[in-house]
Amino acid sequence: ISFRCMGCSTEEMGLFLDFNPFDNLLCILLGISFTVWFTLLLVFIIVPAIFGVSFGIRQLYMKTLLKIFEWATHRIERGEPTSLEEEIKEIRRSGSNRDLDHASEFEMSDIFYFCRQGVESIMDDEVTKRFSAEELESWNLLTRSNYNFQHISLRLTVLWGLGVVIRYGFLLPLRVTLAFTGVGLLVVLTSIIGFLPNGRMKNFLSEQVHLMCYRICVRALTAIITYHDSENKPKNGGICVANHTSPIDVIILASDGCYAMVGQIHGGLMGVIQKSMVKACPHIWFERSEVKDRHLVAKRLSDHVEDKTKLPILIFPEGTCINNTSVMMFKKGSFEIGSTVYPVAIKYDPRFGDAFWNSSQFGMVNYLLRMMSSWAIVCSVWYLPPMTREEGEDAVQFANRVKAAIARQGGLVDLLWDGGLKRGKVKDTFKEEQQKLYSKMLVGTQEDRSRS
Amino acid sequence: MGSTNSTLSKIPNVEELMQETGFTPAHIVRLYDRFEALDKEKTGHLRPQDFGAINRLAMNPIGDRIIGAFFSPGQETVDFHSFVRILAHFRPADKKRPKDPSMPEPVNSRTSKLKYPPLVFSLISVAFQLYDQDKDGKISRAELLQVLRSMLEMQVTEEQLESIADRTIQEADLDKDDAISFEEFRKSLEKVNIDHKMSIRFLR
Repeated sequence: ISFRCMGCSTEEMGLFLDFNPFDNLLCILLGISFTVWFTLLLVFIIVPAIFGVSFGIRQLYMKTLLKIFEWATHRIERGEPTSLEEEIKEIRRSGSNRDLDHASEFEMSDIFYFCRQGVESIMDDEVTKRFSAEELESWNLLTRSNYNFQHISLRLTVLWGLGVVIRYGFLLPLRVTLAFTGVGLLVVLTSIIGFLPNGRMKNFLSEQVHLMCYRICVRALTAIITYHDSENKPKNGGICVANHTSPIDVIILASDGCYAMVGQIHGGLMGVIQKSMVKACPHIWFERSEVKDRHLVAKRLSDHVEDKTKLPILIFPEGTCINNTSVMMFKKGSFEIGSTVYPVAIKYDPRFGDAFWNSSQFGMVNYLLRMMSSWAIVCSVWYLPPMTREEGEDAVQFANRVKAAIARQGGLVDLLWDGGLKRGKVKDTFKEEQQKLYSKMLVGTQEDRSRS
Repeated sequence: MGSTNSTLSKIPNVEELMQETGFTPAHIVRLYDRFEALDKEKTGHLRPQDFGAINRLAMNPIGDRIIGAFFSPGQETVDFHSFVRILAHFRPADKKRPKDPSMPEPVNSRTSKLKYPPLVFSLISVAFQLYDQDKDGKISRAELLQVLRSMLEMQVTEEQLESIADRTIQEADLDKDDAISFEEFRKSLEKVNIDHKMSIRFLR
């Protein structure tokens, strides 16, 4: 019996011995890869964020992406002429045996082109509405932005699949890690700073901490932001007013300057963040009940604005998110306070993904996940020259003036400015464009003929 | 799929509609959503103004005529069924489906003849109707000029328009009655691969 036991135990021990080094090896490998991972993260992302420098990695990334999108677009567009002239020639080519150069004159079949355009727009114009013509023609390898996705070629589908793997397998975890780091640091550091006595040191540290954490968050979204006209950046005692497309707007602006935020206190994680932020520097948070009281809101805002040591207030007058092609009615509350207004225009580049948050469609977490799993968020920020309310101008007119300035700068359509009148003008010019293109095609050749 | 089924159940006679037009349930749902989006007053019918609200259509030089194609003479509104039937003309001809003799021929067959009031159309007759606004079965010189004027407006002179119209009639008008009949129209389009060029990609 003892022999057998010995036999058993040696066998077991033998098995044990076999597993042990393997186990160890696995642990070591995992340990090494984690360390490497975190070091890379630290060196390339977090440290530059702290100091506000950039390696230019994101710019390079953006250029590479654009090249890939161009290639993908070519694959879709091959054999699909898109300009008016080419389309009509295609229609004729399929019917006529005659030499095309002499036959570029009106054909009865030309009407098919316009007819098809018309019916297509009856069927669906939602897709085309948000983007300009050139942007539609490029596909950014996200199925969510290509409603007409069909299997076009194997290579394209493979590329798309690869894109999915990269985005969800590599980029998303990376970004989520960064996001947690950024938010965590924000909460912890601002709470610590809250213990310091009020004074210049505290303000300085709080600014640095805010900037650093927002920069980390910017990298967590791979946001590639271009700031224009930084000499117009908002100063203390002013109100910064910007158009609103998504919650990310806050991060984008706050990573380039320090602002006092305005908003309602939420519960949960958001609430924790808000409470700790306000320890380090004065933000304006309202309780739910206070939000309805317009006088209270106005009073608090103007008190804040009068104190020149406090940071400029950041307000999004529109209230809800717009789809970044238009600037809707600005609510006049913030314009009644009577301080200098610094307008800021934010425009997202739709080629890389749609940053618009339709709050009725997605919740916040869903939205953030979508943002973090797209390629990048590319946007431009323009700091416009400060404006003040003029004599004889009431709050509404002032608000509209600011809105128009923002819309003009961002290339956004300023709705409700002229009411229906402006829209009417827009339609006619486009119709004329079509007519011009078509007639150039026809009449141009007529002139050639008469010359020869 | 759940939402597809629930939307489908809202539409009366949807089976018949699908059979007649050859649209899949997914297409019907999509068209229904679009119909509802256009029908802002929620009346269940579309009026010409509802089409007019589509910006891209308003930009189209022959936009009004296209809208007109949806409304039978004397009708002021179009319901979902008619909407779908007319759009069915723009479906690419389904070459793969085996011809089932018991099934009624789907609407976009190119052999179906022109019938007034326009409920059964082929692509060619849709186009013909765009030219022939008074519906007398012929495209007169005046009607042709009108179309040319819409497509070219102020970019060419009246004389140029007239010379284009003259030449076109000369080429297509075989029986020399100074107008283009449906047969003559069809003949002039004989070699054009209309199906490929007119059918809407995303209706496939």
